[in-house]
Amino acid sequence: MVEQNLLLLLVLTPFISAALAATLPVGSRNAETWLAGLTMAVALGILAVLYPAVAEGGRIIGEFEWADSIGLDLTFRIDGFAWLFMVLVAGIGMLVILYARYYMGPDDPVPRLYSCLLAFAGSMAGLILSGNIIMLVVFWELTSLVSFLLIGYWFHRQDARDGARMALVVTASGGLCLLVAMVLIGQIVGSYQLDDVLKAGTKITAHPLYPVVLILFLLGAFTKSAQFPFHFWLPNAMAAPTPVSSYLHSATMVKAGVFLLLRFHPALGGTDAWFQIVTGIGLITLLLGAFVALFKHDLKGMLAYSTISHLGLITALAGIGTPLAVIAAVFHIVNHAVFKASLFMAAGIIDHEAGTRDMRRLSGLAKFMPITASLAIIASAAMAGVPLLNGFLSKEMFFDAAYTHHNGSLLDNAAPYIAVLAGAFSAAYSLRFIITVFFGPKATDLPHEPHEPHHLMRLPVGLLVAICLAVGIAPQVMLGPWLESAAIAILGPDLPYYSLKIWHGVNAPLIMSIIAMSLGVLIYLLPRRWIDAGEEGPALMRALNFGAMFDPALHLFTKRLPQAALRLLSAHGLQAQLRAMVLMGMAGAYFALGPLEWNVPMPEVNSRELVFALLWIVGGACAIGAAWQAKYHRFAALVLMGGAGMVTCATFVWLSAPDLAVTQLLVEIATTTLLLLGMRWLPKRDQEIPGDEKFSPRLRRFRDLLIAVFCGVGMTAISLAVLLTKPGNSVGDWFLRHSYVEGGGTNVVNVILVDFRAFDTFGEIAVLAIVGLTVYALLRRFRPAPESVERPRPQLEAEEQALESYLFVPAVIMQWMFAPIIALAAYLFFRGHDLPGGGFAAGVTFAIGLLLQYVAANVRWVEARLTILPVRWMGAGICIAAATGAGSWIFGMPFLTTHYQYLDIPMIGKVPASTAMLFDLGVFSLVVGAIVIMLIAIAHQSLRVAPRTRPSDAEEKE
Amino acid sequence: MELILAIAIGILTGSGVWLLLRPRSYQVIVGLCLLAYGVNLFIFAMGRLYVGAAPIMPKGGFVDPTAYADPLPQALVLTAIVISFATTALFLVVMIASRGITGTDHVDGKERSQ
Repeated sequence: MVEQNLLLLLVLTPFISAALAATLPVGSRNAETWLAGLTMAVALGILAVLYPAVAEGGRIIGEFEWADSIGLDLTFRIDGFAWLFMVLVAGIGMLVILYARYYMGPDDPVPRLYSCLLAFAGSMAGLILSGNIIMLVVFWELTSLVSFLLIGYWFHRQDARDGARMALVVTASGGLCLLVAMVLIGQIVGSYQLDDVLKAGTKITAHPLYPVVLILFLLGAFTKSAQFPFHFWLPNAMAAPTPVSSYLHSATMVKAGVFLLLRFHPALGGTDAWFQIVTGIGLITLLLGAFVALFKHDLKGMLAYSTISHLGLITALAGIGTPLAVIAAVFHIVNHAVFKASLFMAAGIIDHEAGTRDMRRLSGLAKFMPITASLAIIASAAMAGVPLLNGFLSKEMFFDAAYTHHNGSLLDNAAPYIAVLAGAFSAAYSLRFIITVFFGPKATDLPHEPHEPHHLMRLPVGLLVAICLAVGIAPQVMLGPWLESAAIAILGPDLPYYSLKIWHGVNAPLIMSIIAMSLGVLIYLLPRRWIDAGEEGPALMRALNFGAMFDPALHLFTKRLPQAALRLLSAHGLQAQLRAMVLMGMAGAYFALGPLEWNVPMPEVNSRELVFALLWIVGGACAIGAAWQAKYHRFAALVLMGGAGMVTCATFVWLSAPDLAVTQLLVEIATTTLLLLGMRWLPKRDQEIPGDEKFSPRLRRFRDLLIAVFCGVGMTAISLAVLLTKPGNSVGDWFLRHSYVEGGGTNVVNVILVDFRAFDTFGEIAVLAIVGLTVYALLRRFRPAPESVERPRPQLEAEEQALESYLFVPAVIMQWMFAPIIALAAYLFFRGHDLPGGGFAAGVTFAIGLLLQYVAANVRWVEARLTILPVRWMGAGICIAAATGAGSWIFGMPFLTTHYQYLDIPMIGKVPASTAMLFDLGVFSLVVGAIVIMLIAIAHQSLRVAPRTRPSDAEEKE
Repeated sequence: MELILAIAIGILTGSGVWLLLRPRSYQVIVGLCLLAYGVNLFIFAMGRLYVGAAPIMPKGGFVDPTAYADPLPQALVLTAIVISFATTALFLVVMIASRGITGTDHVDGKERSQ
């Protein structure tokens, strides 16, 4: 069990550290480095502990219950292959973190970088260790997201934003394809567990859906690993800081695609389609990447294309799929990660110290920075595949696999030639890098005088280069057992014979290597001037620029096509849309209710209901009047609407709903205030809108009137039908019976809100908080229409008479009312559990109390005396509610379980005390905050637009 | 009683819908408020009508559910009232912001003739 928990820790630790790293102060570079470095060290430590269990074909599977009721578990598994990959992620991660400490400039906000790097390490760990294929896709997409954040780290730069977006669009779309593939695989196999899937290889390949699954799966893997024709995102991702390029875009994340190919090789591989597509694409990418890299003048661009090329190599090996090819692929994953990470870091050092990455300007750097130069030269020799270095060995194995594999197809026959040619280009661009950057005359026009970097910045490069050498000289000692464990994890225990040695005698791969090397030297040296001075890449490659096609394609798919669809499918304008919605609602109601039996008896109206009828004659007249007047007489409409509201409120009182009546009354006040405040910003409507009385508007109004009348009649019919039938058993009965016994309150409505259905209420108040914040945010940038800026006429006149005297008596009364209203709010709050009242009503009351102060005096007067922080009220409210809910977890109960008892307080008597009351306190606080923030935000607009210059102030100045 | 309330719901809904289909944003706001009254009353009416039977329980003892109004629709409507206030506020702010930006109070941000 310890091992399982360690496995979980391996995934969780980076995320926890990422959260911590994000909270550190902006300048704390050393603390960040220590935190992140230690996290990686912990991961490496865990991996060291786990190694005995995964060596020689062992594996650990940890299952953690997550959402048991719907069968979702977190499954993590580690075997030799995943272990080796994790060592890369944690090991290179640690070096990159050290390197980044010295690479990042003093102005760069490092917490964001480290936090993202750690989150990336966590996502990568999750991806590698997932034992469930859906979970794997989730982590897969998470790596794309973090990569997006990291590429866009310098978000003030256009190229960083574009590169980040492109990378996200390409890799995340691939991830979606992968998700579909995984769902299909899960359906075919009948299980989403990775182990079951890997065992069901024959079942999947024989299934009729196999081609679909394969294509979708490969789309996912190829987009991530930058395979042709999706390779274009990787060079654009080089806008990221160099530590990021070194970590994500050469060593680990881009390897996720090939990791997946190798991981799923037992399940999906071994077919002819697999070989043709994977090897074919791999070889094209290999050659194309190597070819383009030769013509790149930007160091990072060259390295990016070289990475694409090497990923193509690994993909081709995965496509060949023989045991030896798979072993070579794993070996090359490690080797490439090591030398390419070191090269990226070296390129970063050159950029950092010399101020440019342009190979046309860099020259003779070996004289400025001899140690870095020697390290970079060794690393690029490994990239070229020079003997005694690790790149040589895995390249030999690749040549061997390409040479010995035979199935008679055209692709298979072409493979050795493509391999040699790509090897030649690879040697050529490595040579170009070494010669142009480090040798030749000393560069004179560099932005900085180059010098050796801080020794700790060079240390990661040195370590990686040392590994290159060590693996290259003694491969069996360095990597032998690890590689074997990884290979067993993919291929099963019966590995064919292979040997990791430098010298196998003179054989075909060696001859191919020699040809490639000499050809490479020729390729570079002969047209050297032309390459060094020429444009980036031959004309054909520039024409085939997929990156440039990306933007128009994106524009087409995210703008032009949707717009065309919108034109075709949507109703034009809000009115048409609302009309369509209303008509659809009516049609829905008709088809749902029309077929029912409608034998509704006509009810009698007796004399006792006369008052009620009179009430609604007034109410109905108000509603119709409001509808009539809303266009030209807004204030009248508001008053009439308030009338309808009052009648509704009275209806609630009449029909045994005191809680509703209280709330309705209070909300009515708040709504009216709100609309009064808002009305000031609307255009004056003292003359008729032109063309309003023509025939077509009249026709439109008539049609809408018809719709409205039908809606009204329909609602009357439905209500009547329901009201005149006997109710069946209602859930309400249960609430009535249990409210006191289980909720400890006698006011059932309140008990439902804060106890039985408290989670719903929690959602409601969250909505309220969101609306409050949205209102606030929308109004922060509010600009009024020019003609509304002027202060309204009545207000100006009032100011001339001095507002204070004009409203003096009411203002004093309103100020006096402040304390009684707060007392009323408290009263409503405390009686809420047993009698009508509660958090909602108390909150609105309190807010109105505050609001009255604003009405009574001017804003500045109030705010000089009262500190009102509505956002804190809201924050406190939602925290109290959530904490009350979470508190029940401590006692092992589900979220929002309440506890209650009656307390006997001297002088006051028995007082209900329950945790539901605390929850209600949260509701109260949130409602206060939300209403106050909305009203004050609107009221403040007047202040911002027209700064108050009172006559008295003006006089004082004179 | 039932008939009156049903007609009231119909009138409120009808007025609300008519205003909802109008071109001026203020009309739409008033319409939404009226519609909210109608819909709240409608939901409330689903629990049937009781006079003088507020759902306030005695402390302990036997409870006869038929003697009290159904509390469930009331609880639903209570939150609906608060939420409809919030949406009114939101819409009002969108309205005045849109009015500031576009210079018109037409719901589409431009007059029909333009």
